[in-house]
Amino acid sequence: MDMNKSGRLVPYPSGAFIPERDLGNMPVLEARHLGIDFGGLTAVDDFSLTIGRTEIAGLIGPNGAGKTTVFNLLTNVYQPTRGNILVNGYSTAGKSTHQVSKMGIARTFQNIRLYSNLSVLDNVKVGLHNTLKESFFAAVTHGFGYGKAERVADSVALELLDFFSLADLAETTAGSLPYGAQRRLEIVRALATSPSILLLDEPAAGMNPSETAELMENIRRIRDNFHIAVLLIEHDMNLVMGICEGICVLNYGKIITKGTPDEIRSNPTVIEAYLGRKGASETC
Amino acid sequence: MKANLKNRLCSKNAVTLYFITALYLVVSILVYGGWASRHLSSMLISISCYIAMAVSLNLVVGMLGELSLGHAGFMSVGLFAGCLFSIYTVGTLPLIVRLPGAMLLGGSAAALAGLVVGLPALRLKGDYLAIVTLGCGEIIKNVITNLNITGGALGLNTSTIYSGTKTLLPYAIALVFITVLVMMNLKKSKHGRAIMAIRDNRIAAESNGVDVTYYKLVVFVLSAFFAGAAGAIYGHSFANVKAATFDYNMSIEVLVIVVLGGMGSINGAVIAAIALKALPELLRDISDYRMLVYSVLLILIMLLNSSPRFADMKGRWSIGAMYKMLRYGRKAAVETEVSHGHE
Repeated sequence: MDMNKSGRLVPYPSGAFIPERDLGNMPVLEARHLGIDFGGLTAVDDFSLTIGRTEIAGLIGPNGAGKTTVFNLLTNVYQPTRGNILVNGYSTAGKSTHQVSKMGIARTFQNIRLYSNLSVLDNVKVGLHNTLKESFFAAVTHGFGYGKAERVADSVALELLDFFSLADLAETTAGSLPYGAQRRLEIVRALATSPSILLLDEPAAGMNPSETAELMENIRRIRDNFHIAVLLIEHDMNLVMGICEGICVLNYGKIITKGTPDEIRSNPTVIEAYLGRKGASETC
Repeated sequence: MKANLKNRLCSKNAVTLYFITALYLVVSILVYGGWASRHLSSMLISISCYIAMAVSLNLVVGMLGELSLGHAGFMSVGLFAGCLFSIYTVGTLPLIVRLPGAMLLGGSAAALAGLVVGLPALRLKGDYLAIVTLGCGEIIKNVITNLNITGGALGLNTSTIYSGTKTLLPYAIALVFITVLVMMNLKKSKHGRAIMAIRDNRIAAESNGVDVTYYKLVVFVLSAFFAGAAGAIYGHSFANVKAATFDYNMSIEVLVIVVLGGMGSINGAVIAAIALKALPELLRDISDYRMLVYSVLLILIMLLNSSPRFADMKGRWSIGAMYKMLRYGRKAAVETEVSHGHE
């Protein structure tokens, strides 16, 4: 795999590690010393992460470590108490979630959040919302460029659906799709916003090994075809170790280590976080 | 291009428009031929206004998924603004300019009221929003009752601009058509999809780049506009209008129409408005039990509406399904209805 070979992590001027092939470009996402407090509780603290333009990165950690909170911070669902976020070099401070989406961050959710009463096609077309040129006047009259805009939207949406073999189900109501297809549709809808980084929150949850293998292949295809970065939260270690170039381990809201899959696998603090101190001494 | 036009002429939306056209054609022939009883013709304007109000409230309740109980308030803003305009211009402008002008002005005034109420209220959701809109409706009613220009508690004397059904009907028909067309078109557009996305999952919609606050406000303003325009016509069919008549009971009546028609369904809202407004009049013969029968029927229809088996049956025997059956044969019609079952 050519893409993987150049995916070797090398130091970026800021000191972070990104894949070698992304060195010439500005990182797609930079989180600097992010932190958030809920009341007296510090949920995430001093979270710094740099992701290269076409990197596949993983965010792992035990339950309750604050992984989803990090996603909510990156998409400004929660406004960070400390630190700042740069997307393609632009700060997202003070922006609302829909503005962050326009800046290039797309995400999926741990518990699937589809528009269950809309058709599969319409779900993807909501993802195209900001790229679709259709004025309000055109919308209520169904003239003045409405037809053209809808035709473009239909063809783009169908192409995306076809990429994930969902095109046959385009007219189905999203709520009646089988589980695996719903997960794929959520990814398609996120891709429709033409992001520069895709955040996947436990994409393999509830999937069997063959579905997980297909998902891994899909994530690689997303990176190779759309030339975007992917950051994923996942508990399935085969998936994480299989496709991620860089991995960040979170525990109690703090980063305990960052590195390549091989480094993470043999890191005693990571084993300790997952298995406890006694388990760690038994494994080593 | 030709195929495109054919598709548009045969779509489900077009079928609804044909249905309304046919209905109004029959009614118009009856009214202008002099065959309609006074009873029927007196109901027509009120039914048309209720259709426009129900279809516009459907935008808030059915498509956006928020409960609004202030629709009568917006309607009375439009009613009084439109009627005042009409009263002051009755000597100078001919009816053909005056009435559309009144509708436009009434609609705009109501839209403004929708904006003013919407800005603070749309930070709320669900029950809280319902209570705030209910309160706003009552505030509007009380403000109008206490203004000198609107005639105070005695009501506004509209006898100078009063027009009969024969005069008002064409304008009412135009209003219903425009309202239904706008709502249908909106539903199948980028903006309509964004609104329904907010209803189905607000958080996902935000993360897909939909500006939730903006769309909530647009929905509120647009639905208030059509309610206001309907109010302006409605006012012309009375010799005297009192704000107290348009209280929360009326808002709830419109809401009942929307819920009865199936939330989000424009056809349903039209049919339910006709049925619910005509029913009390038809039951006038058994006047002692009128409201009792009316309530029992309402309860029965609600029970039926929430039953999946009835929904299935309704899908199979709807106008759209009938039409598809004629066009593609029985099997295709059943198949498409199954896949569109949730729409």
